[in-house]
Amino acid sequence: MRAPALEVADVSKKFRLYRERPTSLKARLLHSRMRAEDFWALRDVSFDIPEGSSLGLIGHNGSGKTTLLKIVAGILRPTSGVVRQRGRLAALLELGAGFHPELTGRENVYLNASFLGLSRRETDAAYEAIVAFAELEDFMDNQVKFYSSGMLVRLGFAVAVHVDPEVLLIDEVLAVGDEAFQAKCLDRIRRFQRDGRTIVLVTHALDTVTKICDRAVMLHHGEVHAAGAPADVVREMRHVLLGTTDPGFVPEEGTRQAEIASVELIWGSGASEIALRRGDPLTIQVDVRTNEPVADLDVDFAILDGATNYPVLDARTSSHGISIDRFDGKKRVRFRIASFPYTPGKYWVTIGLSSQQTGRLYHVQTQRYGFDVVDAVRVQDRVDVPVDVEVEDL
Amino acid sequence: MSDVAGTVVRTSEPAKLRVRRRVREVYERREVLLNLVRKELKVKYTASVLGAVWSLLNPIVFLAVFTFVVKVTHNSFPHFPIYLLSGLLAWNLFSVSLAGGARSVIDNANLVKKVSFPREVLPLSAVGVALVDFVLQTAVLLLFILASGYGFHLPELAIYPLAFATLLVFTLALTFWLAALNVRYRDIQHLLNIALLVWFWMTPIVYSGFLVKDVLRGRKVLGVSLWGLYLANPLASIAMGFQRALYGVVRPVVGERPVLPDVSLAWLAGVLATVLAASLVFLLYTWRRFFELSGDFAEEL
Repeated sequence: MRAPALEVADVSKKFRLYRERPTSLKARLLHSRMRAEDFWALRDVSFDIPEGSSLGLIGHNGSGKTTLLKIVAGILRPTSGVVRQRGRLAALLELGAGFHPELTGRENVYLNASFLGLSRRETDAAYEAIVAFAELEDFMDNQVKFYSSGMLVRLGFAVAVHVDPEVLLIDEVLAVGDEAFQAKCLDRIRRFQRDGRTIVLVTHALDTVTKICDRAVMLHHGEVHAAGAPADVVREMRHVLLGTTDPGFVPEEGTRQAEIASVELIWGSGASEIALRRGDPLTIQVDVRTNEPVADLDVDFAILDGATNYPVLDARTSSHGISIDRFDGKKRVRFRIASFPYTPGKYWVTIGLSSQQTGRLYHVQTQRYGFDVVDAVRVQDRVDVPVDVEVEDL
Repeated sequence: MSDVAGTVVRTSEPAKLRVRRRVREVYERREVLLNLVRKELKVKYTASVLGAVWSLLNPIVFLAVFTFVVKVTHNSFPHFPIYLLSGLLAWNLFSVSLAGGARSVIDNANLVKKVSFPREVLPLSAVGVALVDFVLQTAVLLLFILASGYGFHLPELAIYPLAFATLLVFTLALTFWLAALNVRYRDIQHLLNIALLVWFWMTPIVYSGFLVKDVLRGRKVLGVSLWGLYLANPLASIAMGFQRALYGVVRPVVGERPVLPDVSLAWLAGVLATVLAASLVFLLYTWRRFFELSGDFAEEL
């Protein structure tokens, strides 16, 4: 085994959660001891990543993956423990991180590349390739604030892979973007692997981990719950997610007579908002593609509570009286949920295509998609809330 | 956070500042600094019709207002614009750096939380933006000095580099400090506005430095010379340095009272050198504080 490119040794991270953060002198003086709770985001996490290998880091939301990645990237300091890392490191921690909305795409490429350690001359040399990779030739002189989230991810990813890092950290950003671009990114990651680069990939797409990683680590409540071969760790992850041992769990199945081409979860003013606000409308948009003509397609979704894995909401086209006639090609199905009422937390979405008559599965993606719900901001304006009034004789 | 193929070790300990190594690390990431300065300038001027002309407008408005004030109060003296501007431009570099620097980490919270780079770059870019304005304004002032036929005074001009170096080091030191402290205590930026107002008037920019010396000479409070106390303000000697270099003459009209403090060039250079040395020590201290605190910026924001 080669020397580790990255060594994480007994890393723990404690956050202090303040009820109210003292951010002024007065608050500091009046309450020198603010009530704070300790929260351990990571506890004694250790693993090595040999040079040239790819590690998949999985775990449900809040398990500490992003905190760990930020410590490795040098953005946060561990509370205890040591991280040793060799070679040039590039981190893609969030879509559009390091982009400035007022600058053009071109200016942002230079800004972003400089964050990742590229000189101006090196960026000049890589510029054409970056733009071509991102497929944004026509938009480089537009301000980034007019970009869609997909365009941002493409540009961010394009810059990061052209930095030629020895160690590449990727956090979940691949989940956005269309299928073709995702395929291109995976292709690029494979090339990195062939070139002997080291990769740490944080993702919810468990099949990506089994497909491209050599090893996987699963974090659970800040601790390493499982580590080893991706297939084993992914199985363990599903076990924890579902709360049962379910050896039959398959992330994706079906005859593929019809396929799920892409799924988009739409809310708020656009995809730029990170999380759905409780009570806001949510649209699940499913693009379907047939491989051979399909006569009686039924499209359905189910939303599962990430904490309990209990289905909280589902619907199907047939139960809404919509029958999709025999077709060959593409169709788009939108499920509009007027108001998503459930408590804040993580939710998973399962999408299924099946035959209305026989129930045969064409294509099912189990808990492939996820989203977060946050609490609605407190309403401080007057709003029209219907009030029922009754008077009874007593 | 070195990017060369060395081993980077991250521990819980706040790293000790090793100046030479850190300077090299920041220098390696100078592209970030340059890009941030470009970004700031672009964002500042991009949606404005006049663009960079704005940076010249500020001293012109100041000049107009103060010329009016000194004329009506009969406090004017020959070539007042050159006197005022040579001190004012130095002051602007100082105050704009401090105001921008204090906000630099907070305003870039998005970067600090998601991207890794030497955090010093943030206050440095605030100073950089102020420097761009300073250079533009100074170029116009120098042109004006030449075009108006006022000309340069040679031995005096030699003190300019010393005054500039002192200004820059003192500004950097204070900017680092404010940038780091403001992350934890957001009052700093409000306090700063008030402090800068007082500071401006405690510095001989609008009024003549000689007048202060004349009034304070020989007076003592608790055994401390008031003139010495006045000079303890680093900006006072820095402004006097800039004025001596560009305004040049201590007594513009023979027989009338001087405008600049009647001290020898060598004495002023000595004071500036002392302030410069003290500022370097101060910079070392504030940089160290900044460096130690910067490890927690991502968490504090």
